[in-house]
Amino acid sequence: MTRFWPLIRLVPRQTHFNFVGLAPYAAAVSALAILGAVASFFVQGMNFGVDFVGGTVMEVTTPGAAPLGQIRSVLARLGAHDAQVQIFGDPHSARVQFRSVEGKDTNTGARFVATQLASQITGLKVSGQSTVGAKVSGELVWSGVFALGTALALMLLYIWFRFQLQFGLGAILALFHDIALTIGLLCVTQIEVSMTSIAALLTVIGYSMNEKVISFDRLRENLRKYKKTPLRDVINLSENERLSRTIITGSTALLALSGALVMGGPALFPLVFTMAFGIFVGTYSSIYVALPVILLWGVNRDDEAARAIGPQPARP
Amino acid sequence: MLTLSRWKIFLVVASALFGLLFTLPNLLPNGVLPSWLPHQRLNLGLDLQGGSYLLLEVDTDALRKERLTNLTEDVRTKLQTAPIDFSGLGVVGDTIDVRITDPNKVDAAFRLLNSELGERLLTGGRDVVVQTRPDQHIRVSFVAQAANAAARDAVSRSIEIIRKRIDALGTKEPIITQQGSNRIVVEAPGESDPEKLKAVIGKTAKLSFQMVDQEVAPEDIAAGRIPPDDIVLPSDDGVQPAWLVKRRSVVTGEMLTNASGAHDENNAPAVAFSFNAVGTQRFAQVTSQNIGKPFAIVLDGRVISAPRINSAITGGNGIITGHFTEDSAHEMALLLKTGALPAPLNVVEERTVGAELGADAVRAGAISLAIGAAAIFVFIILAYGLFGVFAAVALVINVMMIIGAMSLTQATLTLPGIAGLILTMAVAVDANVLIYERMRDEANSGRGAMASADTGYRRALTSIIDANVTTMISALIMFQFGAGPVKGFAWTLSIGVITSVFTAVLVTQVLIGWWFRAVRPKSLPIT
Repeated sequence: MTRFWPLIRLVPRQTHFNFVGLAPYAAAVSALAILGAVASFFVQGMNFGVDFVGGTVMEVTTPGAAPLGQIRSVLARLGAHDAQVQIFGDPHSARVQFRSVEGKDTNTGARFVATQLASQITGLKVSGQSTVGAKVSGELVWSGVFALGTALALMLLYIWFRFQLQFGLGAILALFHDIALTIGLLCVTQIEVSMTSIAALLTVIGYSMNEKVISFDRLRENLRKYKKTPLRDVINLSENERLSRTIITGSTALLALSGALVMGGPALFPLVFTMAFGIFVGTYSSIYVALPVILLWGVNRDDEAARAIGPQPARP
Repeated sequence: MLTLSRWKIFLVVASALFGLLFTLPNLLPNGVLPSWLPHQRLNLGLDLQGGSYLLLEVDTDALRKERLTNLTEDVRTKLQTAPIDFSGLGVVGDTIDVRITDPNKVDAAFRLLNSELGERLLTGGRDVVVQTRPDQHIRVSFVAQAANAAARDAVSRSIEIIRKRIDALGTKEPIITQQGSNRIVVEAPGESDPEKLKAVIGKTAKLSFQMVDQEVAPEDIAAGRIPPDDIVLPSDDGVQPAWLVKRRSVVTGEMLTNASGAHDENNAPAVAFSFNAVGTQRFAQVTSQNIGKPFAIVLDGRVISAPRINSAITGGNGIITGHFTEDSAHEMALLLKTGALPAPLNVVEERTVGAELGADAVRAGAISLAIGAAAIFVFIILAYGLFGVFAAVALVINVMMIIGAMSLTQATLTLPGIAGLILTMAVAVDANVLIYERMRDEANSGRGAMASADTGYRRALTSIIDANVTTMISALIMFQFGAGPVKGFAWTLSIGVITSVFTAVLVTQVLIGWWFRAVRPKSLPIT
């Protein structure tokens, strides 16, 4: 082994960043970002896919470059409402989406468009199709919202149970921050929101929570170790102590996703992109939303009360 | 914690072997492995292997209406045979209302209907309620419990019938399951043309033979002046656009024992059928009494053909002619043989993925996974040197265990599931990072190599478990919420959480333990 390998040797043993000192600026940044997200949500809105608004989406392939204009004009002639046509991955493939077809129900309409497209454009093949009825899509919206709500509630309960209520509230506020920014990202980029996006959001919540737990664990430990030190110093110390882990894990996760981001194709990209964003936001909000909330709120320094139910880390 | 107990080594070796054994079938071509080894491969989701997904809703509203119509006809027959004069028989909301003409016969009518209508319930009593109302009215309705039972029964019978119909199409391994109270999911891997499925699922296939009423003048029919026990049905027979037939069926599809594609005397495609004993007897009786008169063959409320009865048909066999092609005759025979659906089914969601699109997705997923894994390996080995190698070995075992467990349980791997797998790798490495960083802390505070390593494992464990419980919570919620691809994602994530904690903590521990025993190092390679 050399002086430079393993690389971890290059990481200083102790860092003294003043994380808490930057908190007011971070708060301003977060507030602006959330404001932007809310504005984008109301101005641009989310680009809901057929899962949530009902309708049909088809993937079609053609021998040459996909004739988007021709497909659009066929759709217009057939009376397809809210039709969108765009390139899907490689230039031979296109994605065709529409809400409904004039005078036909959802299912026969989809069938009608598929056969008409195939017969009017030579060589066009429908390689995949999804049709979701209005009733089902309405239910999916609610089950998605319900899933997110349940996730938040259960996380709060778990943190409350393992740590203190203040920690749980800090974590939940941070999660709201993460969800708001992720939804903002979906609005700004106009990435199509589908059932998979709900999975992506839940993953973002899971990862973000993971970060918070690691951070809280270290904080709780140091709160016991340094009973007289002011809370802001304990927070700074804890974050400095786990800084190398934060950087290594964050980079590992982003590196792991990089392959899927570049090579995953159009089907995987929205999910992976949202997840990658979530890793950033989740890491940031652990330091600059969850911990400041705890700092402002104060914690219970009485060891007996702070000693939550459950196993304790061993003492040296 | 770094003591190498036998059970620890055994557990690690056993799990590595398990992973290898159950992952192997996915890597080798078919038939290479000896037959006593496991040969189950990953169960790819429809988005990866191509196929069709249909979500059907049993039209319980239509079922309710039909039950009311049948009950109305029962009331009519009972009163007519009694005989008790009545007027205004009809359905009002969820009840049937009838006015008995003679006030002195209301009691008799009530007793008659109350004792003979409907069916006996398992819980005692009958499934209909008969009430007398002012002004000689009688009301009949189903008890709520019976209506729910009928809907439940309709869903489970529908599933059976759909299964029979799809099996007859030769679709490979269709998966048919109930969802919620009145929905049915049909998944057909490899079937990229859902129209074939919808053609056999979408038809109720309710068959009945009904006598044609020839005693009403065409002008009266046109003006809507028809007897209450008659009904006008649209026709596909090409002879006339609609027929006036008796509401009461002579025989119904339930009395069929068999049906098959056949040809009539002109060699045109037709459907041959045979009746059971009851059907044979009824058909013989009616045909012998009505020689020379036409009867209508009705399928799903439309007349297919209305042949004239030339002679009494006593053998219980016959053929249905109509405007059939070879294919449509076979399809109808199939539908008749498998029986009618108790209620119409509506397709409320439909997804199809072509085999090529699926293959593209598999390729993209595999490349993503490979790049992700390679990136993690390189990074973690660069960062932690020998300990990074240990973490990488643990990760390989982890991925094998996940793939092995998913192959064994035949859990579905979907495209989002592959993303889940990639993230799981990252989170698994996080556990090792936590452990190694703890070791560095301990070493920095002046402990020896062995003590640092040992304490590192011990103190990181709570954080690791806490962190993974939260991931598990979100995975379980996804599992509850999602359908298809999202469920696959949740599965992969949940299995991954369990195996990651195991491999990141135990596998690296055994490896580091061995290393300590072999090298007896003075310091850790990561400090």
